[in-house]
Amino acid sequence: MRNGWSPYMGGALTGLLLILSVLVTQQLLGAPKYLGTSTAYVKVAGLIERAVSPETVATNAYYQKKKPGIDWKVMLVLGVPIGAFIAAVRNREFRLRLVPDRWQERFGPSPALRAAGAFIGGFLIIYGARLAGGCPSGHGLSGMSQMAISAFIVVAGFFAGGIPLALLLYGRKKD
Amino acid sequence: MELVIGLVTGILWGYIFQRTRILRFEKHVGLLTLTDLTVLKFLLTGVLIGAIGIQILTTLGLATYHLKPTFVLANLLGGVIYGLGWAILGYCPGTAPGAVGEGSLDGIFAVLGGLCGAMAFAHTYPFWQKTVYGVGALGKISLPAILHFPPLLLGIIFAGLLLAFILFLEKMGW
Repeated sequence: MRNGWSPYMGGALTGLLLILSVLVTQQLLGAPKYLGTSTAYVKVAGLIERAVSPETVATNAYYQKKKPGIDWKVMLVLGVPIGAFIAAVRNREFRLRLVPDRWQERFGPSPALRAAGAFIGGFLIIYGARLAGGCPSGHGLSGMSQMAISAFIVVAGFFAGGIPLALLLYGRKKD
Repeated sequence: MELVIGLVTGILWGYIFQRTRILRFEKHVGLLTLTDLTVLKFLLTGVLIGAIGIQILTTLGLATYHLKPTFVLANLLGGVIYGLGWAILGYCPGTAPGAVGEGSLDGIFAVLGGLCGAMAFAHTYPFWQKTVYGVGALGKISLPAILHFPPLLLGIIFAGLLLAFILFLEKMGW
């Protein structure tokens, strides 16, 4: 693979990062923080909504369960693009683009169409992840590492929804 | 303190994501069209290492579990909705902002969509509570708990099965 790490090495490092994160947060903060990203969207969405209408957030059952605010999870998700940026710049791979190549092959070069697709896709992944209780990091990595029953069901759901639609949208093509 | 630990963890994770090509649209679509399993290999290896490490920590009393509750229908339905979005988007909630760090600006629209999705969920939560969350609500259960099996031993067996699956994928040239 050109100038990159094998997925096995990256996966192993991610597993170690999860273990280290759980150990460090348990020892220093008193409760373990398992890697997960979709809750951060609720925390920030709640902050935005509270700025517009504080009483709506105060009476909303879900925002009361997942209190709006900047916490460990929000910082985790903010850290990801910073780390990615450092890695991309160090390896001369930072390149501005709006339409991924494979999307363009199928749907053309329109930035507006891709932006709309990304928005709708982003809406659905967070909506679905919140209904399911987590995403591929929260359920997939952290949940399966704890052998949680919920994780196995949710991950099966990810593929049950994703594979048929992806085959329909992009076809089966070897790169 | 909590915030700094979160940020540092995120930076390390983002670095790993970028180096492993997990931030690429093509890699996610490749997985869902079963033509490029990079993302799956990455996830399975993470779980392989994580399953052993987490069981060691909990067995030694150095950490506790934080299990997400099982609601069979909500888990499945939410998973499928997620999958549909994943196929359109080609990123996940962590890799969409990560992709922006690499210069893929479509990730910004994914994050905006995600924030709207979170708001929509917060306002429709009572509906799901009344309907699907009651179906198959089994609480915070895990495989070792329902099988009455020592977690560390089961973690090692699970990791062994994942390793066998990975070796199978490699042997098949996938």
